[in-house]
Amino acid sequence: MSDDASGSAVAEKGLAGATQAVASFEEDRKGPIRQVQSFLHSYPTAIPFIVLIVGIIIFSIAAGSKFFAPFNLSLVLQQVTIIGVLGIAQTLIILTAGIDLSVGAIMILSSIVMGRLSVVAGVPVEISFVLGVGTGILCGLINGLLVALVKLPPFIVTLGTWSIYGAMIIFISNSETIRSQDIAAIAPMLQWMGARVALGGGAILTAGSMVMILIAATVWYVLNRTAFGRHIYATGDDPEAARLAGINTTWTLIGVYTLAGFICALASWVLIGRVGAVSPLGSQTANLDSITAVVIGGTSLFGGRGSIVGTLLGALIVGMFRNGLALAGVDVLWQEFAVGALIIIAVTTDQWIRKISA
Amino acid sequence: MGKFLKIAAAGAVMLGMMCGTAAYAQEVIVGLITKTEGNPFFVKMREGAQAKADELGITLQTFAGKFDGDNDSQIAAIENLIASGAKGFAIVPSDSSAIVPTIQQARDAGLLVIVLDTPLDPIDAADATFATDNRQAGRLIGQWAAGSLGDAAANAKIAMLDLAVNQPTVDYLRDQGFMEGFGIDVKDPNKYGDEDDARICGHEMTGGAEDGGRTAMETLMQKCPDINVVYTINEPAAAGAYEALKAAGRDDGSVLIVSVDGGCPGVANVKDGVIGATSQQYPLLMASMAMEAIKKFADTGEKPAVTEGLDFFDTGAALVTDKPVAGVESIDTTKGAELCWG
Repeated sequence: MSDDASGSAVAEKGLAGATQAVASFEEDRKGPIRQVQSFLHSYPTAIPFIVLIVGIIIFSIAAGSKFFAPFNLSLVLQQVTIIGVLGIAQTLIILTAGIDLSVGAIMILSSIVMGRLSVVAGVPVEISFVLGVGTGILCGLINGLLVALVKLPPFIVTLGTWSIYGAMIIFISNSETIRSQDIAAIAPMLQWMGARVALGGGAILTAGSMVMILIAATVWYVLNRTAFGRHIYATGDDPEAARLAGINTTWTLIGVYTLAGFICALASWVLIGRVGAVSPLGSQTANLDSITAVVIGGTSLFGGRGSIVGTLLGALIVGMFRNGLALAGVDVLWQEFAVGALIIIAVTTDQWIRKISA
Repeated sequence: MGKFLKIAAAGAVMLGMMCGTAAYAQEVIVGLITKTEGNPFFVKMREGAQAKADELGITLQTFAGKFDGDNDSQIAAIENLIASGAKGFAIVPSDSSAIVPTIQQARDAGLLVIVLDTPLDPIDAADATFATDNRQAGRLIGQWAAGSLGDAAANAKIAMLDLAVNQPTVDYLRDQGFMEGFGIDVKDPNKYGDEDDARICGHEMTGGAEDGGRTAMETLMQKCPDINVVYTINEPAAAGAYEALKAAGRDDGSVLIVSVDGGCPGVANVKDGVIGATSQQYPLLMASMAMEAIKKFADTGEKPAVTEGLDFFDTGAALVTDKPVAGVESIDTTKGAELCWG
C-alpha cells in the first residue's frame, strides 16, 4: 500500500493550485427561457393548466355568457367524464412507456356483459355488475401478461386485444342495443352514474364526474405516496435501472395493466350512466381520445414523466375546445383541427422540456 | 402490404381458384359486403341475404369493414370476390365515391354489382341500386314535424344531429330531405350547413350512436335553449338526444324528436313517446332482392331495372308514428314493430 500512498502524494502535488470546488452541474445557461423550461420540467401540469385558463378566457370572450356559465362549464365536465376515466387508465400505462389501444373496447365489453346479463339473461344486477367488472380486470390482466411475461411490445399486444375484445363485443351483444328504458326498469343500478346533483348557479355534477375525481385522487395517491407508484415511474423511466434497483418490473407491469382494466370497467359504468343505453356501437374512438387527453395533459409518451391531474386537465381542454368552438358557431371540422393542433403542440412542448435533462 | 405478403396472397388466391374450379364448377358464388359487423341493420341484411341464398341454392360469401367508413376492407373484399370467380355482389359502400374505381374493376371483370342502402357517387357507377329513398325518408319526417307543429312551425328552433363531418350520401340525403319536408330553403341540395334559415340552431355530429347523440344535443341546447324540434340521423342518436333532454328536464313532450331507420329499439322508442316519428326502411328486403337479381343475372345475363322516375330501385320507406298528421301517410307502431329489424 506504500506505493499507493506515495503515488497519491505525487498526484496531490500535481493538483497544486487547482480548484477545490466539489464537482457540480453547469448552471451557466440560466437565462429566462431556461428558467421557464426548468419550471415546466418540475411542474408537468403547469402547461395544461395554463392552456385551460387561457382557453376559458378566450371562449368567454368569443362565445359570451353561453360558454362562461356555471351550467355550461359543468356540462363540459360531464361530457369529458368517460374520456377522463379512460384517460386515468391510459396514464398508468403510458407512465410505464406503454400504450393501451384496447381501453375503449374493454369499456364497451364490460358494459355489454353487465347489460346483457342483467336485462336479457335475467341475472341479478349485482352479480351482472361484478361479472362486468371482472371482465374488465380479466382483459387488463391478459394485456399485462402478454406485455410483461411474453415480453411483446404493448402497442402490438393491445392492437391485437383491441380486435379480439371488439369481436367479443359483437359476439356477446349480438349487435343489439339494450334500450335505456329497459335498463331503467330492470337494472337501474347500472344507470346510477348518471345521477345528478344540482350545485349553486345552475351547475350540475353527475355521480360519474364525482367518481372520476375520486378515481383520480386514489390513483394520484397510489402514484405519489406508495412504493407501487414509485415502481411505476421507475419502470417507465428506465426498466433496466429499475430492475437493478430491486424492483420487480414484471409484476409492476402486470399490476398496471390489470389496474387499468379495472378502471376501464368503472368507465363502462360511467358510460351506461351517461348514455342510458348499452350499445355495441359508439365510443369507437375512445381509445384514441384517451391518448389525446394524456398527451395534452403533459404526460410523456416515452414513459416515466406525467401526472393524473394533467390527464384530467387534458380531457377538460379537449372538451372545452369542442364545446367553446361549437357555441361560437364554428364548424365541427375546425373543432377536430383544433384538437389535432393541440396534440402537436403538446408533444413539441414535451420534447422541448425534456431537453433540460439532456 | 409487403412484397412477401403480396406473393403469399397471390399464391393463396391461385390455389383457391384451382381447387375451387375443380370441385365446384357449377357453383354460383355471390358476395355481400356491409359497412360493419357491429350494426344490427347490417346483421339483418346478412340474415336476409343468407336465407335467400339458401333458398336459391347459391353460395354466399360475406364481408364487412372494421368500422363505419372503412373503405380499405371493402376494396379487399371486392378483390377477393373477383378472385373467387363470383357472379356478382351486393355492397353497402362505406365511402360512396372512394370505392367507385374498385367497383369499376369488378364490373369490367364481368360481375354484377348491386349497391344497397347508400348510393354511390355517381349513382350509375353500379349496375343497380336498391335503397330506401333516403331523401324521401327525410321528407316524411320533415313533413310530419311541420304538420305536428302547425302554425308554430314558422318559429320552430331546430337541432340537426347529423352523422359525420365528411357528409356521406345517406347523411346529406336524410338531412336535406328533412329540411325540404319541413319547408326550409336547402340551397345546395347535396350538402348541408349552407342554409341560412334562422330556425336552424346548428349541425352537430353524432357518429350515429348514443354517446355522440347525447353530447351533440347538450351542446346545441346550450347554444339555443329554446330548441323544440330535433332531427336525428338515426335512432341511436335520437336515444342519446333524449337522454340529454331528460337530464335538462325537457322530456315533457315539448320537444319533437324525429329520426330514420325503423329498427326495433327505435320503433319501441316511438311507442314510448321518446321519438315522435321515424322513417322505416327494409334491409332484409334489400338484401334478398339483391340475391335474386344476381341469380337471375347468372342464369340469363339480365340486369335489374330501376323504379319508374328514379335512378335506383326504391325498396320503400314508411313513416312510423302513433300521432299521425293529416296529409302525411304513416303506419302505427304496431305495424312498425312487425316490420322492424334489429
